[in-house]
Amino acid sequence: MPPKDGIANTLIVSLTLCIVCSLLVSGAAVALKPMQEKNKTLDRQKNIVSASGLGDPRQMSTKELEELFDKRVKRVLVDLESGDVVEGADAAYDPRKAMKDAALNTDIESQFDIGLAKREKQTWVYLVMGDKDEVEQVVLPIYGMGLWSTLYGYVAVDKDIRTIKGLTYYEHGETPGLGGEVENPNWKSKWVGKHIWKEDAPRDDENLMVGVAKGAPIAEKAPYMVDGLSGATITSRGVDSMLKYWFSDDGFGPYLKNLASKSEGAADGSPNS
Amino acid sequence: MAAPTAKDVLLKPIFDNNPIGLQILGICSALAVTTQMGTAVVMSIAVTLVTACSSAAVSLIRHRIPSSIRIIVQMVVIASLVIVVDQLLKAFLFDISKQLSVFVGLIITNCIVMGRAEGFAMKNDPKLSFLDGIGNGLGYSFILIVVAFFRELLGSGSLFGIKILPLVSDGGWYNPNGLMLLSPSAFFIIGIIIWLNRTFKPEQIEEA
Repeated sequence: MPPKDGIANTLIVSLTLCIVCSLLVSGAAVALKPMQEKNKTLDRQKNIVSASGLGDPRQMSTKELEELFDKRVKRVLVDLESGDVVEGADAAYDPRKAMKDAALNTDIESQFDIGLAKREKQTWVYLVMGDKDEVEQVVLPIYGMGLWSTLYGYVAVDKDIRTIKGLTYYEHGETPGLGGEVENPNWKSKWVGKHIWKEDAPRDDENLMVGVAKGAPIAEKAPYMVDGLSGATITSRGVDSMLKYWFSDDGFGPYLKNLASKSEGAADGSPNS
Repeated sequence: MAAPTAKDVLLKPIFDNNPIGLQILGICSALAVTTQMGTAVVMSIAVTLVTACSSAAVSLIRHRIPSSIRIIVQMVVIASLVIVVDQLLKAFLFDISKQLSVFVGLIITNCIVMGRAEGFAMKNDPKLSFLDGIGNGLGYSFILIVVAFFRELLGSGSLFGIKILPLVSDGGWYNPNGLMLLSPSAFFIIGIIIWLNRTFKPEQIEEA
């Protein structure tokens, strides 16, 4: 064997170590990948179920959750700018990756600042279907900056496309107990039944009323706003602007308007041309 | 220095030579992951495993490691093990790995792991080094779990997520102490532990 501190030995040791360690790391990554992917999907399904109020995912087995999801939830890829559903979508499309891909993202230019510069052009929207195959709820993925981190969540909108059915965050790095209270079931439950736009007004940005108030909202704003989290002003502000942004014409506005005109047209009984 | 025995290396780091309490290493993660018992316990297990395995691995090849690159060699071993642990957590304990987020990755920079590899494993055989890693991991775990116990109980009124003290916001009587959820509270608790430890073991007091 070459002397321990010689150049030959240094090269041999470092090379061998690198090969052994890289095999170990890549082996673990490849072998565990399917399970990790499954966990991620399951986690997403749990959050969609919880946002839409279909059930309490903590009290469901994995199988029940998957069955419920298969039966009731449909996924469609939506082009945000036009508000149209993209046909023949690639099931493996990942909006989080698209956000960072220059070919698939676009600049965020909006009066509502979510603290980020780019967003994806297309994203997955989850439709909760009723027994007669009609859309009962629309679950939209939303995100935006809080104090320390980007908060990722889902907001469920009722079939009238005016009322929030639930809001949930599944990933954030806010301070536990302060900003982290966005996960608090009590706070989340306050969102249920809030209206997004001014009553009977068109779904336009100037009628956008939903948001977070500082302190308990005054009576005329109470149908739209929720009391902010105490001790978490900046996180609350983040939630406020991200809701406004994603419901605005820069976010899901065009898609929601499409949906609303479709369902309202059907309700009137007037034939769709 | 007399040759250390297995019992010494395993038990001494818990009270007599605690990595956090006496050596004041690994404070950063002790502040970050101790707001809940669940995350603290998983972090403790992860650090203990990584310390033990990396010490054993470094000790195994200690006669072949050129002294000029020994720190890099130790880092490579530690970093690889940490990535494996992180992957395992993501596959089997997804919820907890989400809460621990970057702190699993940051085990790499935890001074305890590197300190044991450089300070002990380079001079002792693999079996002793492994036990030394376990011992130091347990010392770290002990502090983490004590800190997390007080922080979760006083800050959220629960332990392992189970309600112990009914909160005012849920109609109970306990008004949670928000300070306990912020990092400074961990400093206070660690400070109190060090104070108690040194009161009962005056030989730990350094000369001023």
